[in-house]
Amino acid sequence: MLESRAIAAEPLIRVENLTKHFPVTRGLLIARTTGQVKAVDGVSFTIGRQETLGLVGESGCGKTTTSRLLLRLERPTAGRVLLEGRDVHALTGADLSQYHTRVQAVFQDPWSSLNPRLRVRDTIAEALVVNRRVSKSGRLERVEEVLHQVGLPLAAASRYPHEFSGGQRQRIALASALASDPELIVLDEPVSALDVSIRAQIMNLLKDLQARQQLSYLLVAHNLATVRYIAHRTAVMYLGRIVEHADTESLYRSPLHPYTKALFAAALPADPDAPRDDMILSGEVPSPIDPPSGCHFHPRCPFAMEQCSRVEPLLKAVTPEHVVACHLY
Amino acid sequence: MDIAAPIVLEVKDLHAYLYTRWGVVRAVDGVSFALREGETLGLVGESGCGKTMTGLSVLRLLPEPAGRIVQGQVLLEGEDLVTKSEAEMRRVRGRRISMILQDPQTSLNPVFTIGDQLVEALRMLHVDGKPALAHRAEEALRRVKVAAPEQRMRAYPHQMSGGMKQRVVGAIAVAGEPRVLIADEPTTALDVTIQLQYLALLKEMQARTRLAMLFITHDFGIVARMCDRVAVMYAGRIVESGPTRALFRAPRHPYTEALMASVPRMEASVERLPSIEGQPPSLHDLPIGCRFAPRCRYADDRCRHEYPPTLPVGVAHEAACWRVEPSPPSR
Repeated sequence: MLESRAIAAEPLIRVENLTKHFPVTRGLLIARTTGQVKAVDGVSFTIGRQETLGLVGESGCGKTTTSRLLLRLERPTAGRVLLEGRDVHALTGADLSQYHTRVQAVFQDPWSSLNPRLRVRDTIAEALVVNRRVSKSGRLERVEEVLHQVGLPLAAASRYPHEFSGGQRQRIALASALASDPELIVLDEPVSALDVSIRAQIMNLLKDLQARQQLSYLLVAHNLATVRYIAHRTAVMYLGRIVEHADTESLYRSPLHPYTKALFAAALPADPDAPRDDMILSGEVPSPIDPPSGCHFHPRCPFAMEQCSRVEPLLKAVTPEHVVACHLY
Repeated sequence: MDIAAPIVLEVKDLHAYLYTRWGVVRAVDGVSFALREGETLGLVGESGCGKTMTGLSVLRLLPEPAGRIVQGQVLLEGEDLVTKSEAEMRRVRGRRISMILQDPQTSLNPVFTIGDQLVEALRMLHVDGKPALAHRAEEALRRVKVAAPEQRMRAYPHQMSGGMKQRVVGAIAVAGEPRVLIADEPTTALDVTIQLQYLALLKEMQARTRLAMLFITHDFGIVARMCDRVAVMYAGRIVESGPTRALFRAPRHPYTEALMASVPRMEASVERLPSIEGQPPSLHDLPIGCRFAPRCRYADDRCRHEYPPTLPVGVAHEAACWRVEPSPPSR
């Protein structure tokens, strides 16, 4: 497995063989399980300190479920998420509330992620009240501090979310994630609901905060250019599995897996003279209820060989920093 | 692009306002453009800039009762649509101008089968018996490359993927062989690999009937791929328009320039993106001068007090900025 560069000993997050299956049921009163949606199917990676791991893939590939498993919003069917070596799904009591201060999240839609009936200061302080026993004056001080960090005026504290634009709301969401001084923030599509001219503001803010607060990020996004801009390493997912994983530069410069190639070719460069090496995939992503045998991608793969439908390719290191699950390599 | 191709749709000084409880929203505030046969014009801008309202005004589908076209003309092959009655407009929609919306989920009726909905659309266009219409519907599905059309006819929208549903919407849109297709962010709800398939399909449909396409989007990648010409909108007005290549190579309006620079690239890594500070003005409280002036790094006193005229800056290339050096239209 790929090791992160930034660490000496244990990485901040180590995910081992993480698996999440959702049962598919039929019938209302007497529910029978008729299948399993294999949303996440044996995923492993690490996130080092001050490092950003990007998770890319199309809808239904399991990237959001992976992030929800990290946040303890789902329980894994198998596998573990280790925060500095400790299984986060086994935490209880004080350890658990400590986990909640160390790991925070910012979601896609700043319209639904903020409570409309709470003033900004109360939204931000909520994380402190729940997870850290701090005094009232200490709380206010902290609210002002994080508002300043995300570039909002102090006056914002006593206003309500509806008084803000999308970009500002995302700043508020970020401020409340920062309040408990976390080490990891899970960013699930943090800029895709924002306007083009606002995205760069927020992406730059994320980079600045990472440097200033020594944050680690798990960035879940479908926009490949966004990931290239923010992530140090990137993992590509297809139907619940990581098919390729490398440091962002080498992945974008030389994608190896046919799916990664197709995905990158489908992202249209903002340049009318860019070479068009179109690799238009036929068909659609198959259902994760009954994924294809062997390599999940083989029915759509232009390079599929006989063994691809039988043997599941394992992740293989092509260079120390670049692993790929494909029989071509 | 064919300069000699006839102009199919011409919008002249269009003003469409929304009269709300909070005041008048000047959603479209003096927009002009022309669309030639077989050509694709990209209408680019951020949410709330008026691009969707422009598309809806052309079809006279502004939200009732707030929306009203207060000034200007929409000329479809020379006929002004603004003065037409609702009954006359009903004969224009679907037959001469069609529209594809962003979300196929809301464009299709969830309680009718795909076949029913296609047949319903086709019945408006052809006087035919039911079997003949069903046959036409199957043909229409085949043309948009829906696999197994006989079976899909009996499927309900929820049984199909987003990409497939958007193909059905496309089939309904072009069933009447319209002259103009307005595509309003048709691929925003689709995955990237599906988006590429769909864009290729749109190009094919366009080539078949020399459709004139108005492509509304905020994605410069799609513009670069799909459009012959581009018009950039900001706060209800077109601030720059020109041939796609010229606009990408040498954007002349500071907004176009800043917006393009702020988009991260797939093909190169950058340390830091230049961002546009602030946010677009509210459309019911617009600044008196140039609407971009509060966010523009070149803005001076004149920019803040007078709206700049639209000046030619190259071949078929115009920009509305006080800073541009007008070049005589060389053609």
